[in-house]
Amino acid sequence: MIIELGHFALILALCLALVQSTVPLLGAARRQLGWMAVGRSTALVQFALVALAFATLVHAYVTSDFSVANVYENSHSAKPLLYKITGVWGNHEGSMVLWVLILSLFGAAVAWFGDNLPPALQARVLAVQGMIGTGFLLFILFTSDPFHRFAPAPLDGRGLNPILQDPGLAFHPPFLYLGYVGFSVAFSFAVAALIEGRVDAAWARWVRPWTLAAWCALTIGIAMGSWWAYYTLGWGGWWFWDPVENASFMPWLVGTALLHSAIVVEKRDALKSWTILLAIVTFSLSLIGTFLVRSGVLTSVHAFAVDPARGTFILLLLLIAIGGSLSLYAVRAPALKGGGLFAPISREGALVLNNLLLSTGAATVFIGTLYPLFLDAVGGAKLSVGYPFFNRTFVPLMVPLLLAVAVGPLLAWKRGDLLGALQRLWVAGAGVVAVLLLGLYLTQGGPILALLGLALAAWVFLGALVEWAERIKLLRAPFGETWRRARHLPRASHGMTLAHAGLAVTVAGIAASAWNAERIEVLHPGQSLPISGYVLTLDAVAKAEGPNYSADRATITVTSDGATLAVLHPEKRFFPVQQIPTSETAIHTTLLADLYVALGDNDGKDGWTVRAYWKPLVPWIWIGAVFMALGGLLSLSDRRWRVGVAVRRLPKGAAAAGR
Amino acid sequence: MTRKRRRLIGVLAGLGMLGIATALVLTAFSDSLVFFYSPTDLKTKTVPQGRSLRIGGLVQPASVVREGDGQTVDFRVTDGENAVAVTYVGALPDLFREGQGVVVEGTLGGDGIVHAATVLAKHDENYMPREVVDALKQSGHWQEGAAPARGEGAK
Repeated sequence: MIIELGHFALILALCLALVQSTVPLLGAARRQLGWMAVGRSTALVQFALVALAFATLVHAYVTSDFSVANVYENSHSAKPLLYKITGVWGNHEGSMVLWVLILSLFGAAVAWFGDNLPPALQARVLAVQGMIGTGFLLFILFTSDPFHRFAPAPLDGRGLNPILQDPGLAFHPPFLYLGYVGFSVAFSFAVAALIEGRVDAAWARWVRPWTLAAWCALTIGIAMGSWWAYYTLGWGGWWFWDPVENASFMPWLVGTALLHSAIVVEKRDALKSWTILLAIVTFSLSLIGTFLVRSGVLTSVHAFAVDPARGTFILLLLLIAIGGSLSLYAVRAPALKGGGLFAPISREGALVLNNLLLSTGAATVFIGTLYPLFLDAVGGAKLSVGYPFFNRTFVPLMVPLLLAVAVGPLLAWKRGDLLGALQRLWVAGAGVVAVLLLGLYLTQGGPILALLGLALAAWVFLGALVEWAERIKLLRAPFGETWRRARHLPRASHGMTLAHAGLAVTVAGIAASAWNAERIEVLHPGQSLPISGYVLTLDAVAKAEGPNYSADRATITVTSDGATLAVLHPEKRFFPVQQIPTSETAIHTTLLADLYVALGDNDGKDGWTVRAYWKPLVPWIWIGAVFMALGGLLSLSDRRWRVGVAVRRLPKGAAAAGR
Repeated sequence: MTRKRRRLIGVLAGLGMLGIATALVLTAFSDSLVFFYSPTDLKTKTVPQGRSLRIGGLVQPASVVREGDGQTVDFRVTDGENAVAVTYVGALPDLFREGQGVVVEGTLGGDGIVHAATVLAKHDENYMPREVVDALKQSGHWQEGAAPARGEGAK
């Protein structure tokens, strides 16, 4: 009964989405405030309905209602509660409901927080959101119904793929979707602006917080996915240039470009039509990502199940959304008047360079991801494009970007002084030289490219600090003055410093992977294995029972110079429901390096294969990503985005006139 | 700086970037693409030695030999028609088993043995790498329903 309620709520949500995508649009065209206001109420109610539908699905999972096909196929009564809940989005149908839930959440947020927007713009934005919602609700109801029941109900379910039963992965999809779907708001704003034919600084100020929020969530989502791969797959890789990873990375790259170009629109009234294009491309890439992952053209852990109707449907949605918005762009964009002029060497110029490099980088990733699919589709050779391709195309493009990250913020708007900026960066230059010399001394001519990567990270990190120190006059003015300046510096400024520093930390973590050490050996209890100054001793391997698995649990003592540092328990688990073994790795981290241990196979007697890795700076990859997201959040809390709070109390007309 | 000149600089910068990207992609394409071969292809076609390639098929039952060092594993990958010997040093994925589908990436040595750099196995019981399915179909050893392949329906 409850599940039927959910189904019904979702159908109602579809009806509302249809209303939302037409009435406000007509209202905006005919200047009828009443019609425009329909957008807000439908967006709010639509969210409530989708939330209700989602809640009924969660309820079915928690109570293990196996008469629901979706629950039967993806859940099991013996599964821990957390994974019963996260299992809701551990399958195709449920994850699409989550997609629409987040989409309607953003629609409702635009309706709720957007009352400082001009009513016509808000109505159009909500109408476009409504159209996207319509498309995906149709997709769920016609091709991916999660509410399907069968009778009689089976006694127990088939369970969730054990590899997905992990806290890191449990929250990876919601964050990823918050990012993917969050970009829909920027897309809707762009399409609304094209319909309206007007883009100004105020428009950019409204778009930026939404983009920023989506970008933060996507950053966290990607980092979580990579962290999960690192500690579950048993050999410590954290990025595989797998098409599914690329699908999330492309919107991130273009979204980052959008974040930066919107600054130029806001501050300088330039790059308008480019920014609109980026907003369209970012969400289009999110849709393409959804298509790649959900249509089954790729085989991976993410491709849950395949049904040709679904692929065709998503492809159709893609064509309508991307084709439609780009056609609109082609017609309307030439009418957008460009604003402020600037010299090539200027803050704007640096941001343009950032945009060019990020979008070219995204294009190379796009080619590398889709070329094998394309070739396969036209019946050509079967091939795969792996990390060597990306190392040779994407990485070289990021080097000039990282060089420029430190310089850009030190250039003035309109016309910058490159020489002056470089002079002020002498500290960063000194840091680079120091890292290079120290690295050469320590590694005795080790991998030189990795060393250059570390130097580049030092450059970006110190560059970010130099800019920040200049702004608050650190060490150049009395401490009281510095403190006052730091307090009055806009939070967006602190946010930028934090995000750029985070980028540097991530780059350092990536570069340092060149110094990984690896040992694989068969150990009998009592034997030990030396690696990078540590000694791992296998004490015992014992049987252990989990809630829905049985395991071989090893006890491994880590010592260094005779002192015990840690006791690690890597496991080899076996899930009887799915008949699948998985590895549970054990990691001892000092934040400067990880000691990573995985238990391999038994040799039939009492010997066990033990795999140990020493990975310097590897935690920095994710720490840096967290810094980037925190920087984004700090920037998001800036007073500037809340100008609406003060304006909201004024009558609508006065607020509009004040702009 | 006039609007026209700024636009010109913008267009030139964009074209320059496009040129660089094209050059990078083309050079990377010329030697870092990895082609896929079935064990039968390896027998019948000329395959460049020393170049990275992928092979796919089933791990031949009773062919897996673990050497004493705990790292080196030798096995044969078969498409039912032909089989090719593979040697691998490193950690095998959890789901590597005899009779299961695998994709091996590595290089073909002069001895006809594939020296694997990575071995990919399926993530769950319902999934078989698509290349493996195609290889088995080509050799006529594909059994419908034996191992439902995800991705098959789309064809």
